[in-house]
Amino acid sequence: MYWRCFLGVLKREMLKFWQQRSRLLSALVRPLLWLFVFAAGFRSALGLSMIEPYESYILYEEYIVPGLAAMIILFNSMQSSLSMVYDREMGSMKVLLMSPFPREFLLCSKLIGNTLISAIQVYIFLLFALLVDVELSFLGYVYAFPVIFLLALFLGSIGLLLANNIKQLENFAGVMNFVIFPMFFLSSALYPLWKMREASEVLYWICQFNPFTSGVELLRYSFYEKFDAQYLVVVVCVTVICFIAAVRSFEPKGNKIKKVS
Amino acid sequence: MNISVNQLSYQFGKNAALNDVSFSLKAGFNILLGPNGAGKSTLFSLLTGLRKVTNGDISFNQQKMEKQRQSILSKIGVVFQENTLDLDLSIKQNLGYFASLHGLSEAKALANIEDVLTQLALNDRLNDKVRNLNGGHRRRVEIARSLLHEPTFLLLDEPTVGLDIASRKLILNFVRNYVKKRQSIVLWATHLLEEVETDDVLLLLINGEVKGFDRCHKLLTQHKMDNVSELFTNLTQAKGHK
Repeated sequence: MYWRCFLGVLKREMLKFWQQRSRLLSALVRPLLWLFVFAAGFRSALGLSMIEPYESYILYEEYIVPGLAAMIILFNSMQSSLSMVYDREMGSMKVLLMSPFPREFLLCSKLIGNTLISAIQVYIFLLFALLVDVELSFLGYVYAFPVIFLLALFLGSIGLLLANNIKQLENFAGVMNFVIFPMFFLSSALYPLWKMREASEVLYWICQFNPFTSGVELLRYSFYEKFDAQYLVVVVCVTVICFIAAVRSFEPKGNKIKKVS
Repeated sequence: MNISVNQLSYQFGKNAALNDVSFSLKAGFNILLGPNGAGKSTLFSLLTGLRKVTNGDISFNQQKMEKQRQSILSKIGVVFQENTLDLDLSIKQNLGYFASLHGLSEAKALANIEDVLTQLALNDRLNDKVRNLNGGHRRRVEIARSLLHEPTFLLLDEPTVGLDIASRKLILNFVRNYVKKRQSIVLWATHLLEEVETDDVLLLLINGEVKGFDRCHKLLTQHKMDNVSELFTNLTQAKGHK
């Protein structure tokens, strides 16, 4: 019974993704522009020293590929939460919430559907990255999968939490300015944190505490068949906290009336 | 088999939407009649577990909504006032998705409602995208969908609003016949007086309060009125309906 429900939710997410093929295109255009244009222009300006997990000096293109992969997951997760706000406004969210299965199971199934879509997008992006000579080892591609999965769960949980706290579709634009951009730019996605530290100690620490940084670094390490437990702990903890908060926010709302005797 | 609502109250901020509502529905066609803003949709969202019951209680066959929500939801079919279909998917995909949310295979669920699909003239259109359907057909799909898991309780919140007369008749007659065959409990919310028949059980909700609950003909006799329109006007105006 549960697996049927799980597969049904998964199928619906995939069907919707297939129906909205332009979503795949727009999801790829953004990081590809960063990779082919931005990275080419900034390659000489942003000289990189040898840092973990790299074992030699690398080109800037190679550095930003994990960050851009994380960016794809970030935008896809937010897109998915936007569609949840839309579903709620259109009423189709009621169909999901009227299911007799537990809400945490339903929301988790929805998150996993979104996770698989993110994974598809990331692997297509990695194919394009071959054009700028960023090639991972076979194991790098394999190790990346569970991290992509975890990262998509982590960002999807944040998206779920946001989706239920955004009352109108129009307010979603604020999410771009107040969540997505700060999360992305205040991380190690585009520049190593030692570079940020040279510019500002305060910004460095903000980036350091941004859980998205941990996600990006975890992904970067996995691309090179490496692993950092500290980053994993941060991502897992934030995922669990956000998911629990998201599920609680989807519980039916009541309004206790104080009776006057 | 019954739906029992006992001393149910609900408010939005300081505005009372439902005030001490009590009734018990048995198998058959029950009409929830009330003007716009009477609290019908609030009552529906409480009956369907989308809002939490905090004052009073709701039970389906003696199962309390607060305690056995999941078990109750597996027995309820609902048609909401607004469209809840996925416009990007086909009829079949929408039905399949809903079936999976109830743990049913698409094939089993479609077999359950084969007759329903025929009666609602949807059989030949299963692969059509919902976006390409008119309002009447979308409503038919929603009704077919609500019956996929063969529910004991069927709750319909103003299912004919915005439809032309022909579509309204088709849907209303279909549900009436379905109730007779299946002996299920149907609660049909409406503000359209022409949908009421004198033999229906009528639950009159006005300003969040139950102003009448009995067979329609009995209410007419009790209030010495000739028709539902007079009864409705009398109750809404005489009781200071704003």
